[in-house]
Amino acid sequence: MQALRSTNSFARGPLAVLLSVIWQASAVVGATSPALSPTNIFAPESTPAKSIAHLSVFVLIITGIIFVVVFTLLVYSLIKFRGRAVDAGREPAQVFGSTQIELAWTIIPILIVVVLFLATARVIHAIQDAPQPPSAIEVTAIGHQYWWEFRYPKLGIVTANEMHIPVSDPENPTPTFLTLLSADTDHSFWIPELAGKTDLIPNHPNRMWMDPHRIGIFLGQCAQYCGVQHAKMLLRVSVDSPEDFAAWVRSQQQPAVQDASVETGRRVFESTACINCHAVAGTNANGRFGPDLTHLMSRATIASGAAPNTPEKLRLWIQDPNKIKPGSLMPAMQLSGTDLDAVVSYMETLR
Amino acid sequence: MSSNAITVPGVQIDEKPWVDTLHEWVTTVDHKRLGVLYILYALLFLVIAGVEALIIRIQLMFPHNHFVSPEVFNRLFTLHGTTMVFFMGMPILFGFANYLVPLMIGARDMAFPRLNAFSFWLSALGGFLLYFSLVGANGLYGAGNAPDVGWWAYAPLTARAFSPGHSTDYWTLALLVSGFGSIGTAINIIATILCMRCPGMKLNRMPLLAWLNLVMAGMVLIAVSPLTAAQAMLLIDRYLGGHFFDTQAGGSAVLWMHFFWIFGHPEVYILIIPCFAFMSEIIPVFSRKPIFGYPVMVAATLCIGFVSMSVWAHHMFSVGMNSYANSFFTITTMAVGVPTGIKIFNWLGTMWGGRIQFKVPMLFCIAFLFQFLIAGLTGVMLGSAAFASQLTLSYFVVAHFHYTLVGGVVFAVFAAICYWYPKITGRMLNETLGKLHFWLFLIGFHLTFDLMHFPGLLGMPRRIYTYEPGRGWNTLNLLISIGGFIQAIAILLFVANLIISYFKGAKAGNDPWDAWTLEWATSSPPPAYNFASIPVVASRRPLWDLKHPEDPDSRYE
Repeated sequence: MQALRSTNSFARGPLAVLLSVIWQASAVVGATSPALSPTNIFAPESTPAKSIAHLSVFVLIITGIIFVVVFTLLVYSLIKFRGRAVDAGREPAQVFGSTQIELAWTIIPILIVVVLFLATARVIHAIQDAPQPPSAIEVTAIGHQYWWEFRYPKLGIVTANEMHIPVSDPENPTPTFLTLLSADTDHSFWIPELAGKTDLIPNHPNRMWMDPHRIGIFLGQCAQYCGVQHAKMLLRVSVDSPEDFAAWVRSQQQPAVQDASVETGRRVFESTACINCHAVAGTNANGRFGPDLTHLMSRATIASGAAPNTPEKLRLWIQDPNKIKPGSLMPAMQLSGTDLDAVVSYMETLR
Repeated sequence: MSSNAITVPGVQIDEKPWVDTLHEWVTTVDHKRLGVLYILYALLFLVIAGVEALIIRIQLMFPHNHFVSPEVFNRLFTLHGTTMVFFMGMPILFGFANYLVPLMIGARDMAFPRLNAFSFWLSALGGFLLYFSLVGANGLYGAGNAPDVGWWAYAPLTARAFSPGHSTDYWTLALLVSGFGSIGTAINIIATILCMRCPGMKLNRMPLLAWLNLVMAGMVLIAVSPLTAAQAMLLIDRYLGGHFFDTQAGGSAVLWMHFFWIFGHPEVYILIIPCFAFMSEIIPVFSRKPIFGYPVMVAATLCIGFVSMSVWAHHMFSVGMNSYANSFFTITTMAVGVPTGIKIFNWLGTMWGGRIQFKVPMLFCIAFLFQFLIAGLTGVMLGSAAFASQLTLSYFVVAHFHYTLVGGVVFAVFAAICYWYPKITGRMLNETLGKLHFWLFLIGFHLTFDLMHFPGLLGMPRRIYTYEPGRGWNTLNLLISIGGFIQAIAILLFVANLIISYFKGAKAGNDPWDAWTLEWATSSPPPAYNFASIPVVASRRPLWDLKHPEDPDSRYE
């Protein structure tokens, strides 16, 4: 974890003093920003997002200075050298150039570019080449049109759309390392407050990591255009305390609840096309095209965040998905009213 | 020009029937008429794609808005992007190159007049094919269908599994066909500039506009070819069972990205370099000084041309390249900023010590400088791979490239139209309407595109047809949309000005701006043969030499 730690402080090298001053200043912005938006890149809560935000402020300041200098020169020359009526008919001195001046405005930008490049290369290396510690949680995220599948291979968990990961104490880090895959088109995993985005591309496994420093819900969504419902491919990451995370893992590892009172609903579910796409662990439903429903009720949303997980919305979703998410790949199941109610009741027991 | 015999200035010709006039324009091989056709064709598409943008902005005014369906929204942004880049941006700049290059180098036409006409009509066919997809993609039953894969059309979304029907094929064919047209025009521009210069016009005496268009044409040859190849490969995938980009059969989605962006990034320089050319002609005239650092400007342009060929993967900073590749494309991308900065400083140096006249063309140039500066600086932010991993694919990128393409290209094109309109039509544009157009467009532009950076910083991805409330994006999006409508009103004023001034404008005379390059030495509009006798030049500013025989430039060069 030494590599992770050093990027956290970003505190070595010639830029350290300047950067720490800048960071103090930007902390003021950061403190007010959670109210601004839950997806603010300048309110980072994990090491990769923080080192990017540090760098961003540095780049913003350098470019800001360039802007002020050039803008001042532009406005000054517009005012100072504006044509006046007195001068009408007379031409100004015809100047063709100056080698010294050209050299100055070539060399200074080159130096600025070198500084910006070194600052960037340092952050790229620290984020991308960070070694995976043994304590890391491994998650495989698979992008689908238009939902997210999360697999925890070491823990034997399969879930969808809402990823749970433990909070990472900088003294005793438990970062999460993601393997990113796609089942169909390109997607991109983006939780602005936890890390920069990384694409999920078919035949091209990617990796990214995050070590959230705060407990809470973090929002984001698919950032790479993936088809009709790209807009409603929302992402929720629940950062849990170590105890809550352990409890969540234990409950997810259980097979599906078998409640005799919803036997009818279960029979309808298992005898229709539902099971071609959806899986419920411990039953004969083992489709993989749609989200795993074994612990559906442990999730706060359905349809990849497009609607809250309430019985009414769930009923509407099964009856006509286009009402919630037009263009989603879930078909309207054309169930009778009683069958629909029975299936919804069955779903309600899948805790 | 078979039906249009050489005319003698001052001789009255009888009115021709309109069918004859139409026939003349359709069959013309005159570089000036083809230039005007390119410009009118591009302005038509500017209006069409502008209306598409307005519909997009209405949909995004409020969260969970239902103005258009997601399918329609996706088609709209695909058509908007493809149209603006291929059927507005490139044609209008080719139009000016066609019109101005022969005049400015003292030639009577392009090197290959028939190839010139052929290229224009190919480009026109490309634009027609793209919009024919609205009725042709799935036949009349599927009317309203159009490509919906985005203007960069990432694989595997374009595979038949994800894009059934023919809408994607129309997109492919439109780009393939107009790509051939672009290559034809590029060859023509290069041949004209290298072979058709008038006596005395050595390469280092050419107007910068000719130099910059030479570089642009060279870049077209290099950049459009990979795009054409990729389109051919996509067609093979879709119809002949190829698997270049078919990920379900082991193809590579990343391969398409490389092919597309190795075209796509030079493409934005292909669009901006002719605009640099307009700046380099217009700013000196309205500052009453020669361009500052001519040889450096040429060198910086060549430098941009070369370096911009090695920056393409900065569009792919989220794709998962390794840290060395990301670092490499960071340094190359930032390096482009150096010659671009040199250009901005040289324009400043040109204005410095001058007597700046705030005519409408110059106003657009000043706004260009200001906006291109900001666009360049946000470009540096996006060039930093780590920062870009947050910014890319967000509304920040949308704001950045609209800053370059609207704040840069469109402002420069307005400057060029206002500057050369008197030469093309023989009439002056109305100055009051022009200033109104300028200020309204400026306000609308800044309202829209200044604010558009912020939803990106607050996590709003691009290409979403609707968004969730409670993310801090609502007010910003509403204001952005309002700015869009202000720009639309300004464009209407501009079109009105073009039409009114054509009939009612003051007579321009040969040289209304007291300028220095050869196009102002002939009548407005120029005769079919351009110059009664081929001019001979002794410096970069032949008309300055003529007007100031006591102090000619030729003495210093």
